[in-house]
Amino acid sequence: MVANTEAPARPRGRLVQAVVRFREVGILLFIVGLSALVSLRSPAFLTPSNFNDILLNIAILVIVALAQTLVIITRGIDLSVGSMIGLTAMMVAFTVVAFPGLPAPLVVALGLALGAALGGVNGLIVARGGVPPIIATLGTLSIYRGLIFLYSGGTWITADKLPPSFREIAKGTPLGVPNLILFAVVVAAAVYYFLTYTRTGRDIYAVGSNPDAARFAGIPKERVVFLVFLISGLLCGLAGVLWASRFESAQTNTAQGFELQTVAAPVVGGVNIFGGSGSVLGVILGAFLLGIINNALTLGQINPFWQLAVQGLLILLAVISDATIARRLQGLLTRRSR
Amino acid sequence: MARGIGALRRRAVRWEGLLILLILVVAGLNSRLSPYFLDGTNLLRSTSDFLELGIMMLPMVFIIVTGNIDLSIASTLGLSASLMGWLFMAGWNIWLAAALALLVSGGAGLLNGVLIARMRLPALAVTLGTLSFYRGLAYVLLGDQAARGYPDAFAYLGQGTLGQTQVPFALLVFVVLALIFGLVLHKTTFGRYLYAIGNNEAAARYAGVPVARIKITLYVLSAVMAALAGFILAARYGSTRPDIGTGLELTVITITVLGGVSIFGGSGTMVGAVLALILVGILRFGMGLVNLQGPVQDTVIGLLLILSILLPWLGSRLAARLEWRRAALWPTAGAVLVALLFGLFFFWSRGLILARP
Repeated sequence: MVANTEAPARPRGRLVQAVVRFREVGILLFIVGLSALVSLRSPAFLTPSNFNDILLNIAILVIVALAQTLVIITRGIDLSVGSMIGLTAMMVAFTVVAFPGLPAPLVVALGLALGAALGGVNGLIVARGGVPPIIATLGTLSIYRGLIFLYSGGTWITADKLPPSFREIAKGTPLGVPNLILFAVVVAAAVYYFLTYTRTGRDIYAVGSNPDAARFAGIPKERVVFLVFLISGLLCGLAGVLWASRFESAQTNTAQGFELQTVAAPVVGGVNIFGGSGSVLGVILGAFLLGIINNALTLGQINPFWQLAVQGLLILLAVISDATIARRLQGLLTRRSR
Repeated sequence: MARGIGALRRRAVRWEGLLILLILVVAGLNSRLSPYFLDGTNLLRSTSDFLELGIMMLPMVFIIVTGNIDLSIASTLGLSASLMGWLFMAGWNIWLAAALALLVSGGAGLLNGVLIARMRLPALAVTLGTLSFYRGLAYVLLGDQAARGYPDAFAYLGQGTLGQTQVPFALLVFVVLALIFGLVLHKTTFGRYLYAIGNNEAAARYAGVPVARIKITLYVLSAVMAALAGFILAARYGSTRPDIGTGLELTVITITVLGGVSIFGGSGTMVGAVLALILVGILRFGMGLVNLQGPVQDTVIGLLLILSILLPWLGSRLAARLEWRRAALWPTAGAVLVALLFGLFFFWSRGLILARP
């Protein structure tokens, strides 16, 4: 189940694998324990409808966090995700208001295309221009957010202007489950397959875990880096459509600050911030944990303002436990190999 | 090695020259846009929008020179201002409240520093966590309330001017601090150590540089400066809400990098950073004159940030006279086509809605 680094025979490979697996089990136990505690306090927690709510709340996060994960594995970071979501949401909403009859698949395709164009710009700046990812996407975070204002002239698209069919893109249930959840499942399955079974997917890990070795192995690093930013934009485009559809609005501040959560979920889920490792399952569990905590705070009638602080503590806890476990295992492995 | 440092210094000087040139160009444009631009009172008053950023930028230069980063400064600002406001609303003396908030901020910086330097955790991940954590604590303290009603003596921090002049008090604070930080960076052993850590941390450690202690000092310093910026901002607004200063860390980092401080550590000057602050300041002032909204102004700053790294790189490639490869033709054509299509769609779809009555 675990997507991992190139050479499992090396101690580092085994080490990373062990940490990742430990993390997944750890989060799972944490989720079970937390759920038990919360359901003691609030019986409404362990109901199918609440579970459905949690899934709806984290679906978009899962999609974008997986995109972020691809970038992080190559030792990058994409800070512009929130702005890309906001810009595509606004442009798609404008188009839908102008053409209410536009079929849903076309609307989704439009979002994907717009997002891919934005992500492609990031990719070009980083891969061809040699600008560090954190700087490049810090720049485009501001640029894309400003474009939303230039585009919309400050106006918002509200629910009464959007056709009912647009709402169905996220909320419709033609297969018995809300589309939003289906989108997330499909994206997760696709990213899992891509990372685990395709050559390019393996190249992504190789570039992140050892760029020099990857170059000597003939892996086109530039192209891989460009690709992950392109995919990040593409998925943000999808997220933009889903966001506008789910909240039935597009505002100038749509998804502002969302980049923080999209980095938090992978970090909590065991993706190494220095690149080279991370699993799809871990990211999903990380996002699920963030979602469950927000839900629990609301249901447990705890001051909702604790949400941000708890999220921060979780990130710190994840980073600390990663380092501690890795060091322990490192010690064990070196002793055994002697 | 000596030649390497000489080359770095020459490059820094060239960068600063470019910044000065840009400042002059923007100032020229501004004064053509508005006859009031070169008015001394106006200029001095407009500086107050950038003093908080400047105060937080000073330790950020130190931290980025060592090859680290602090994303939590704006949240520390929020935490300190909120704690001070919360204590003040609970009946505390404002100065006592500020002192305690300053102390707590120091503790917040200490936590960052210990996690990064002693436990050797990645600075990006740690300060991302504390960005969320410290801002969260600010919300826990104030919730949806706002603290207000600060006494005049405190408001002077953000609104006061020196004697009969129009020089803001906070400007004096910034100038003094900038001189101290600049001297420490360029004229002391401590400053040399920062470059040493940024160039090669392991080598610096073997050479006997107390790396961990220096890093912890930097993060405490960064948090204390953020707290100070928070007081000035709260005094200027006359009230504190828990979201005060949200997102400022990105602006501070942008200015620092624009000032020629390498994000990989090891190079950069305080003069460059201060020049970048001035450039961003008068650029925003000018854009305000032509009624551009804040986020649109951010677009220009973001563009400037990317170009500041992209253009020298492009220049060096052109100078190396790389021959045009045929293989690059299709990707380039594709990129131009996509950009063109995006631009066309952008303006066309925009017109569909905005042209309506």
